[in-house]
Amino acid sequence: MRSFTYQRAESASQAAAAVAATPGAKFIAGGTNLLDLMKLEIETPTHLVDVQDTGLDRIEDTPEGGLRIGTLVSNTALSADQRVRRDYAVLTRAIQAGASGQLRNKATTGGNLLQRTRCPYFYDPNMPCNKRKPGDGCAAMKGYSRQLGVIGTSESCIATYPGDMAVALRLLDAVVETVKGDGTARSIPIADFHRLWGDHPERETALEPGEMITHVVLPKPLGGKHVYHKVRDRASYAFALVSVAAVIQPDGTGRVAFGGMAPKPWRVEEAEALLPQGASAVVKRAFANAKPRSDNRFKLALAERTLAGILAEARS
Amino acid sequence: MDDRDLAVSRRGVLAAGAASVAVSQVPLSRAGAADSTAKPAQQAVRLSVNGKAHDLTLDTRTTLLDTLREHLQLTGTKKGCDHGQCGACTVLVNGQRINSCLSLAVMHQGDEVTTVEGLGTPDKLHPMQHAFVEHDAYQCGYCTPGQICSAVAVLDEIRKGVPSHVTSDLTGTMQPTNIEMRERMSGNICRCGAYSNIAEAMAQVAEG
Ligand SMILES: Cc1cc2nc3c(=O)[nH]c(=O)nc-3n(C[C@H](O)[C@H](O)[C@H](O)COP(=O)(O)OP(=O)(O)OC[C@H]3O[C@@H](n4cnc5c(N)ncnc54)[C@H](O)[C@@H]3O)c2cc1C
Ligand code: SF4
Ligand code: FES
Ligand code: FES
Repeated sequence: MRSFTYQRAESASQAAAAVAATPGAKFIAGGTNLLDLMKLEIETPTHLVDVQDTGLDRIEDTPEGGLRIGTLVSNTALSADQRVRRDYAVLTRAIQAGASGQLRNKATTGGNLLQRTRCPYFYDPNMPCNKRKPGDGCAAMKGYSRQLGVIGTSESCIATYPGDMAVALRLLDAVVETVKGDGTARSIPIADFHRLWGDHPERETALEPGEMITHVVLPKPLGGKHVYHKVRDRASYAFALVSVAAVIQPDGTGRVAFGGMAPKPWRVEEAEALLPQGASAVVKRAFANAKPRSDNRFKLALAERTLAGILAEARS
Repeated sequence: MDDRDLAVSRRGVLAAGAASVAVSQVPLSRAGAADSTAKPAQQAVRLSVNGKAHDLTLDTRTTLLDTLREHLQLTGTKKGCDHGQCGACTVLVNGQRINSCLSLAVMHQGDEVTTVEGLGTPDKLHPMQHAFVEHDAYQCGYCTPGQICSAVAVLDEIRKGVPSHVTSDLTGTMQPTNIEMRERMSGNICRCGAYSNIAEAMAQVAEG
């Protein structure tokens, strides 16, 4: 790990100002992703601004009937909140399907959204990777792509966004609230938060340098049946090959988002309008422009079967 | 194939082998290449470990795990993977279980840390330590301190109503069933496969 200086910020605006003003600075929250990558020198910040004292650790009711989640709320606390369990069960399910109890105790809402890809070549500093080092090439293109993306990928990167929580947040149309280094605040719809890789796989989100996530806001509850199914290589404590988040209403309409398929949680509104016609129609439409590789073509069939299972469960 | 070809291809095999195991290693060219001009940053931190306060000045890079093992000589807490993947380093911080390998000591200013040494002592075992002995919940014992800290926290999480991936009714009360215990302990890997005995030890403590 490279040497770095460390400070604690007492407010979000102070933290954002500190990161914006210090070249090479990064925020640190739970540290469970950043420190992992710093040990491998994939991340090499020269200064860390710890946000744990910024007081953003509460879940408040909003006047619109939703919830406003402080960025420091841990994955454990968010998934265990009575209101979330009752009204946004898909979020509890998605969080509990990810990582381990120890990690969820430390993982924060903002840090979880910003977790980086799990492409094995991104994690191997001896292999070329455009995301680690722009212009370096992509070892995955000629490599083992079983875990990698089937849609929304590009000529320069075929990695996926690996997280679970964000798939549920996309389904629920959450909004990410931020503060920038100059103190201005803004709201980013979750649909626009994670970027497709394009020619710049090193740019992963809509955040500007020094911009800090303060809250994630959930609109009022949707009702319906909430399901999150995650398919992975072992029954627990593994990243998704494919995951499906869904809210299904009694009349068979609903929403659906997919994880493990793309650089961002994959939700296509025109595709979910086909839910009453069944899983095959939805998956065909949602992945109409898919570019699977021979190693990961199975993900399309797996997504369809997983959604079919969810629809059967919702009907029963 | 002459000797030279063989030598070249042997090197090729070695190189390929090295690349495939390098996933969790820093490239050789960069290992230890700390900036020779700047002194690594140090910072003071005060933490309480097993009820005893410690004032330390540490390189900011020092993890909580290395602080416990290398600076406080509390070697009960183990390093398996150093990347959050095995759970051997599990300790309790302010009552919650975390992976001490993925946390910096400086992030724990003022925190209360409990390690396996703080749960109980050889002549006054914690009920979970006692149950592990009684149920033979280990073989080599390397993962055991992490398993025990995690197991204590799991029963607490169930009592506090934290749901899990296998909980069917999210709004009901949580039960310490075998399947719940197994899912909630999935962040603790045991190379010796003592899992079923660990779950039994936990069940004994849960029943009180
Ligand atoms: C072994 C292992 C297994 C895992 N399995 C899963 C899994 O199955 N599913 C899953 O979804 N996740 C999984 N994870 C990932 C885990 O969920 C993330 O590491 C965690 O959510 C990151 O949160 P954090 O608070 O620790 O982030 P940190 O590591 O502190 O930060 C992550 C990034 O976010 C930035 N950041 C943090 N907070 C803010 C903020 N408020 N504003 C702006 N930037 C910020 C940091 O600068 C950093 O770049 C796993 C991790 C490990 C180690
Ligand atoms: S797929 Fe993306 S993350 Fe993986 S090696 Fe290629 S550029 Fe890097
Ligand atoms: S040593 Fe910390 S999880 Fe393996
Ligand atoms: S007892 Fe040997 S690793 Fe668990």
